[in-house]
Amino acid sequence: MSGRVLVGVKRVIDYAVKIRVKPDNSCVVTDGVKHSMNPFCEIAVEEAVKMKEKKLIKEVVVVSCGPQQAMETIRTALAMGADRGIHVEVTGKDYENLGPLQVSKIMAALAKKEDALLVILGKQAIDDDCNQTGQMTAALLDWPQGTFASELSMEGDKIKVVREIDGGLETVKINTPAVITADLRLNTPRYATLPNIMKAKKKKIANVKPADLGVDITSRLEVLRVDEPAQREAGVKVETVDDLIARLKEAGRI
Amino acid sequence: MAALFKARKALGLCLSCRSFSALAELSETHQLLRQTCRDFADRELTPIAGKLDKEHAFPKKQIQDLGALGVMAMEVPEELGGAGMDYLAYSLAMEEISRGCASTGVVVSVNNSLYIGPILKNGTEEQKQQWITPFTTGEKVGCFGLSEPGNGSDAGAASTVALQDGEDWVLNGTKAWITNSWDASATIVFATTDKKLKHKGISAFLIPMPHPGLSLGKKEDKLGIKASSTANIIMEDCRIPLGNMLGPRGAGFKIAMQTLDSGRIGIAAQALGIAQASLDCAADYALKRVAFGAPIGKLQAIQFKLADMGVAVESARLLTWKAALLRDSKKPFTKEAAMAKLAASEAATFCAHQAIQVLGGMGYVTDMPAERHYRDARITEIYEGTSEIQRLVIAGQILKEYQ
Repeated sequence: MSGRVLVGVKRVIDYAVKIRVKPDNSCVVTDGVKHSMNPFCEIAVEEAVKMKEKKLIKEVVVVSCGPQQAMETIRTALAMGADRGIHVEVTGKDYENLGPLQVSKIMAALAKKEDALLVILGKQAIDDDCNQTGQMTAALLDWPQGTFASELSMEGDKIKVVREIDGGLETVKINTPAVITADLRLNTPRYATLPNIMKAKKKKIANVKPADLGVDITSRLEVLRVDEPAQREAGVKVETVDDLIARLKEAGRI
Repeated sequence: MAALFKARKALGLCLSCRSFSALAELSETHQLLRQTCRDFADRELTPIAGKLDKEHAFPKKQIQDLGALGVMAMEVPEELGGAGMDYLAYSLAMEEISRGCASTGVVVSVNNSLYIGPILKNGTEEQKQQWITPFTTGEKVGCFGLSEPGNGSDAGAASTVALQDGEDWVLNGTKAWITNSWDASATIVFATTDKKLKHKGISAFLIPMPHPGLSLGKKEDKLGIKASSTANIIMEDCRIPLGNMLGPRGAGFKIAMQTLDSGRIGIAAQALGIAQASLDCAADYALKRVAFGAPIGKLQAIQFKLADMGVAVESARLLTWKAALLRDSKKPFTKEAAMAKLAASEAATFCAHQAIQVLGGMGYVTDMPAERHYRDARITEIYEGTSEIQRLVIAGQILKEYQ
């Protein structure tokens, strides 16, 4: 086995930015808006780098799909300790329509090409909140998956994953190669140290196109409209429980 | 004649091209570094800055974390344990750190520019290993002993003396206003070795702390940058080996002046951080505070203040970056560094003052950081060369150009 881990990182609008919808309701405003690495992707990178430091794996390869700016996100991951990057170039309308299905096809193709032991992704991106890419990638590869991971440990050629689920914590042991998605409490991502920022300059970032990987990225979805969430309206006070029930029935809530 | 003019114009354009492009847009590495420092400051410094100020508490853990990042020895080559980065990177880091906490900023600045700086430039290989490497990790910080109770701006009048006695130097005297003193593990001290030579008779020395014969005065109770310790360093028959002299005998004044030239850029960056923090505070408040039926940011009186603050910060920032770029290109930068320090420190006090004005009553209470920025900003016009000294340096450089 290669001892290679593939980590997917997504460039998203920074979590602290106030999102605005374009006047034509086609999408959100991204021009001139601060972007950064998806927080769950940071956690994924951190986990991979920690595994390498513990000598459990040999190489961390970070992947990002998008236009030229995706290179910044890859560079940040390299500064955190990843070994090399792959920039899958997707631009223009293709990029606007890029979603979990296409990305998972790309990740699956790369996982095979790189002979990856593990694919680690963030559990979801904070822009679309899809929570699908990890699961789809595993399905396409027919690999086991350990999603919402809050703890990982290698046990021989198997991997033990503690998953955060609605009912609490679930522990599963899965074979490798496998797909993992990182949840919030998996680790605390490190700051890129200055020497590592300098080292990152020398690390290689390969450039590929989806077609080179034999992946068709046509979207099966069409975004019809993007709206802001409805403004919060004032509530109504009621005097009695009967009144409350009547009002709720009126509003069709019960 | 025309050919000469063309050639000179081309050269001038070429030399300024690199500066200009960096002034317009930072390289990817610099942007990444700036973002890293900003994230660190936002998460680790800003939330505790008020507490550090109230408790006069040295940010020990944060300095250790900054050491792990490489920020405590930014210019030091990697072989000695540093980050191996340039002065522009240092200026960016200083601004972001100081924006979070000005006290932490000054600790970082003194360690980098005033303590490590002169050793890096003037020290022997053994001195660098002994006195720089342990100070790159954030575990130890250093300080710079130039000022005395009897002379600050008048640095040439050093009354601290160093007499040779066998295999030792014996130092006697007092240094005043020494930043980091209570938290430092070493200091550089400037002392007179040959009184007759006046300022050419001053030499630089390295003293570990604590050390027999070296004691500290009480911690000064300052208006601002309260989390950094400031005190007298008193030397009474303080003995150090002959090998602890830094640079040649009599070179002390020159070393001090060169060190301060570079230190000015670091302090300019610290002042920028305070100025920017004040602007951030004021602008944020102006968008939220409603008076006369709308957010006060809609009022021209407030807008003009914000505009003036913005111009002050941006112009000081460009001067700071230019000074750093000139230093990195190994070109003369004395004038630009002095201009940067002057502009940035005056921008800091101006912005902090206006920020309180924008916040009104809220600017006067400790619930908002504006009052701390006001107190922190004030020192930037005084230390590492008062604004008056900066003006003398700038005027001297300008007049030189016309001779």
